Amino acid sequence: MNKLVELHRRFQEEGSATFDRSMIDYIHRAAATGLYEIRGLGAKRKLPHFDDLVFLGASLSRYPLEGYREKCHTKTVLGTRFAKKPVELAIPITIAGMSFGSLSASVKDALGRAATELGTSTTTGDGGMTSEERRSSKTLVYQCLPSRYGFNADDVRRADALEVVVGQGAKPGGGGMLLGMKINERVARMRVLPQGVDQRSASRHPDWTGPDDLAIKIRELREISDWEKPIYVKFGATRVYHDVKLAVHAGADVVVIDGMQGGTAATQAVFIEHVGIPTLAAIRQAVNALEELDMRGKVQLVVSGGIRTGADVAKALALGADAVSIGQGMLVALGCNHDQYWQDGAFHSAAPDYAALGVTPGHCHHCHTGRCPVGITTQDAELERRLEPEAGARRVRNYLKTLNMELTTLARACGKQDVHHLEPEDLVALTVEAAAMARVPLAGTNWIPGSSA
Amino acid sequence: MTPVEFDLRKRSVRELNEFLHRRLDGTRRVRALNPDGAHAIAVGINAPIDVDIEGHAGYYAAGMNQQARVTVHGNAGPGVAEGMSSGRVHVKGFASVAAGAAAHGGLLVIDGDASLRCGISMKGIDIVVGGSVGDYSAFMAQAGRVLVCGDAGDALGDSLYEAVIYVRGQVKSFGADAHEEPMTEADHAAVSRLLAEAGFAHDPGEFRRVASMRSLYNWTADANQEY
Repeated sequence: MNKLVELHRRFQEEGSATFDRSMIDYIHRAAATGLYEIRGLGAKRKLPHFDDLVFLGASLSRYPLEGYREKCHTKTVLGTRFAKKPVELAIPITIAGMSFGSLSASVKDALGRAATELGTSTTTGDGGMTSEERRSSKTLVYQCLPSRYGFNADDVRRADALEVVVGQGAKPGGGGMLLGMKINERVARMRVLPQGVDQRSASRHPDWTGPDDLAIKIRELREISDWEKPIYVKFGATRVYHDVKLAVHAGADVVVIDGMQGGTAATQAVFIEHVGIPTLAAIRQAVNALEELDMRGKVQLVVSGGIRTGADVAKALALGADAVSIGQGMLVALGCNHDQYWQDGAFHSAAPDYAALGVTPGHCHHCHTGRCPVGITTQDAELERRLEPEAGARRVRNYLKTLNMELTTLARACGKQDVHHLEPEDLVALTVEAAAMARVPLAGTNWIPGSSA
Repeated sequence: MTPVEFDLRKRSVRELNEFLHRRLDGTRRVRALNPDGAHAIAVGINAPIDVDIEGHAGYYAAGMNQQARVTVHGNAGPGVAEGMSSGRVHVKGFASVAAGAAAHGGLLVIDGDASLRCGISMKGIDIVVGGSVGDYSAFMAQAGRVLVCGDAGDALGDSLYEAVIYVRGQVKSFGADAHEEPMTEADHAAVSRLLAEAGFAHDPGEFRRVASMRSLYNWTADANQEY
């Protein structure tokens, strides 16, 4: 009897790995709503990533450069294949396409200002080009997306480069979503949609269907822009090797590959977590495809999806990228998931607004609601004022500067006078998975899983 | 003023477009001879001129047109007048898939039939088709009007937003969220105007109106996988 009581009083905490807390939450939510979850940001699960690689700095066998004195070039040129006016950037770190609609006009303005100061480019998004971002961005890449929202000839002529978006890392094979609460009057007008509608962007382009069609589409865009502007082709990382070859065949000047960590403002969670491959696994496939076509250095490779630090940038470049593109990191620099926001010369607590969304700072992925507590992913007039373009631009500029300093520091340590001289031989992997995906040896060995050696 | 002629057997589409973009210099009319199905003929024009394509055109004829009046004296390939925002494009023959795709404005007239996805993602253009249209026409059409003097194929107006379709003949099937609605006085007036502008003599009373039920506008559990 006593023994039984004792057993009953023991606090049971044995969890299930199959049905863990988050899985139980998932099923409860599905049972309550009958709808898949839609959320912002990219894949949250742990994936093989740049953190699983380390640099082999110079020592006796290699000769380093002085970290603080000797020059290390970062100039990056994109679009040298066909365009009369290639894009020239001071640093190989660009700002990824994020739509006006998902982001406020002030955010687009802030990103443009920071990019211009640092000599890099910004990118429009699914929703057209705003006058704010055109004004503030010296170099602006104009996206041609399946929805064609706000895609018009005047803005094609105003753009510095065009990017045909086939897909994105958060949802290769899917179209975007912008829930009704973010479709205010201006967003609705730019997209020619009824205000407040839950908008589902198309997953296919309306006027072409395959690589041979894409070649003709790219030709049309070149004709419209008088062969001046570089044409990028962006897709989510899946069958990267073949897709890169097809994009080159179709006439791309620049190929942009977005890994599954790439963010979104609103996509089905099942899509974000279960479709696409990690950024780390995409780069070498792309580089191999370019090398086999003898297009390395002729068609530039831009990589995005979970690039956060100067080390990530350096590793992407070492594996063969010509530049990287950052979306979510820029939003975090602006204050995404910060517990406070800066307005009228003072910090204010955003805690109550996070609480209203049912989250705490650091765990927010509620971009899709338009209730961003720090005024970034919103179209609400009140919330939007929480991100002052000038203050936002300062933080993004600082972030970009930090990344670039880290990048050049690592390049110098590897003995490189130019960040584009970083090479796979400068890297080793800490895990077998990363070694196989990045095709660099496991640290301390000469083993690259999957290679014939 | 005699028209400027470009014989596309002797000069490239690039030269033609370059001329149309930058060297018009008061030119009122341009004739493109022997187009032979070339792609991207007369794309990206932003001037009130007349362009005659004297034969069949390939993909994207008059793509992203602004202001110009472009006539294809033959058939047009995929995406004719895609992205157009103003002006008028007239196809004397038949049009292939995605005619008027994602176009913001202006008038597209197709004397013959149009293939699949006519008016897909359209954003304000008016399209008048003298013949019939293929499956998935006006797919995700956002704004503007499609007037079909013949029949429509399967899934007409699938995922339609605010665009309106007028059909004179049979509709094989409606797409998700599209249905027939009663014609109002305003609809009759609109059909009369479009017919007159396009040069067709049909009785406006013969047309039926197809528009969105708007039941997919907001995302709810009741939508039952229509998404």
